Amino acid sequence: MQYLLLIYDSEKAQTAMPEADRQKLFADYMAFTKDIKASGHFKAGDALQRTHTATTVRVREGKISTTDGPFAETREQLGGYYLIEAKDLDEATKIAARIPTAKLGSIEIRPVMNYNT
Amino acid sequence: MLSTAAIEAVFRGERARVLATTIRVTNGDFELAEEAVQEAFAAALARWPAEGTPDEPRGWLVSVARNKAIDVIRRRVKLREIVANEVAIEPQEDRASQTELVAVPDDRLRLIYTCCHPALATEAQIALTLRTLGGLTTEEIARAFLTSPVTMAQRLVRAKSKIKEARIPYEVPEAAQLPERTDTVMSVVYLIFNEGYAATAGDTWLRRDLCREAIRLGRLVAELTSAPEAHGLVALMLLHDSRRDARTNDRGDLVLLEDQDRTRWDRGQIDEALALVPIALRGGPGVYGLQAAIAALHASAPRASETDWPQIAALFDELVRRQPTPIVALNRAVAIAMWQGPEAGLSLVEQLAGELADYHLWHAAKADLLRRLGRQRQAATAYRAALARVGSEPERRFLESRLAEVLAAM
Repeated sequence: MQYLLLIYDSEKAQTAMPEADRQKLFADYMAFTKDIKASGHFKAGDALQRTHTATTVRVREGKISTTDGPFAETREQLGGYYLIEAKDLDEATKIAARIPTAKLGSIEIRPVMNYNT
Repeated sequence: MLSTAAIEAVFRGERARVLATTIRVTNGDFELAEEAVQEAFAAALARWPAEGTPDEPRGWLVSVARNKAIDVIRRRVKLREIVANEVAIEPQEDRASQTELVAVPDDRLRLIYTCCHPALATEAQIALTLRTLGGLTTEEIARAFLTSPVTMAQRLVRAKSKIKEARIPYEVPEAAQLPERTDTVMSVVYLIFNEGYAATAGDTWLRRDLCREAIRLGRLVAELTSAPEAHGLVALMLLHDSRRDARTNDRGDLVLLEDQDRTRWDRGQIDEALALVPIALRGGPGVYGLQAAIAALHASAPRASETDWPQIAALFDELVRRQPTPIVALNRAVAIAMWQGPEAGLSLVEQLAGELADYHLWHAAKADLLRRLGRQRQAATAYRAALARVGSEPERRFLESRLAEVLAAM
């Protein structure tokens, strides 16, 4: 079963982070990704550019409208994701808890819809 | 020949176990399992009166429910094969015999842990536990929690759908997580009990039912996990519940512990609880065991004046260490006041002003200590503050009568 792990963190706090901490965080992410690749849980994963680069698009009555910024203003912003394979929610939760940002922000676990069940 | 009422009694007794096993067969699909169990009961109603009751009613019900569920899964798979031409997924335990199905360790344990999974909201945990393990209908649960049956039904549907779609495992947690997960289960059981016990509002009869149901669930957790704390929880609930007939008078007014007619306490329940307390305290006491020990000291005092307050205060010291909440600290302060006098209690109560300023029982405790110190004017102010925050009608009447007393004494 696949789960999408959405990584939320405060961009403001990220900006304020000292360089040494940032490097440590980056190294932690590298190690974590390597681990879940080795264990076979990793399917995909990326970090995203900051929300000031986001564009929201809608189509209404056939017309495309685009607006600057993310869909919703929130205290913590979506900053990256992993797509993993796990046997159940408990396993997915354990993996999500190991994402370095889990200590700083929050990880939302969303089961991927399976059209075969 | 078995009457319909007798068959229904068998259902009530066996439903949770039959359902728990069927959910295992359906791979955690609660909805499908509930339907299959319902159909098995309907089949029993149709067949038992004529064919006689089977030797193993539970085994019979499990096996019929399992076959019904497997039929549905097969039909779904077939449909999918036709639609997508895909490989079929066989349902679990397809070839298991009736005896094998029943012989496995009690499936209700998996059911409890799944219903109380931390990924579900507390209200959903409570509703699901009462609906699947308890014998309560959706309507009864809705009435007990003062919501509409529609809201309650939606809550249950959402919870069951989350279990299925997010694949919350239908199993007893691994050893490393077991203590924490058992804590959640116990807190759900105790919340159910308190909903029944705290006279907030609603149907009295139903509230008693909630208490009984919580005690039954607690016994089940204690029996299945043998956790000392679960025994403590059962003892605690039994002791509270033993006072149910003495804690209100004929008019529905509250009667304080010290004023209760102790001959109206349920002795059978007290004796059962007193036997459980030592088991609960084995291997270092937890929060339920400590509270049960405190309740046991009250239950063992022949008269209020003979209560062992120093021992109760000592147990509260330990409880505050394990559960450092302002409410526990307030209860400790009241115990110390009973032991060392209102003056000592009052200074402890006043230290909690910041945290409990909005809690009616903090004002009520303070008012009572001031009243006992003869400071009637201040007591009246505190009773008024408590009245401004009280929720339940019996508590309001009690505080009003105390306010009238201190006003008369001024």
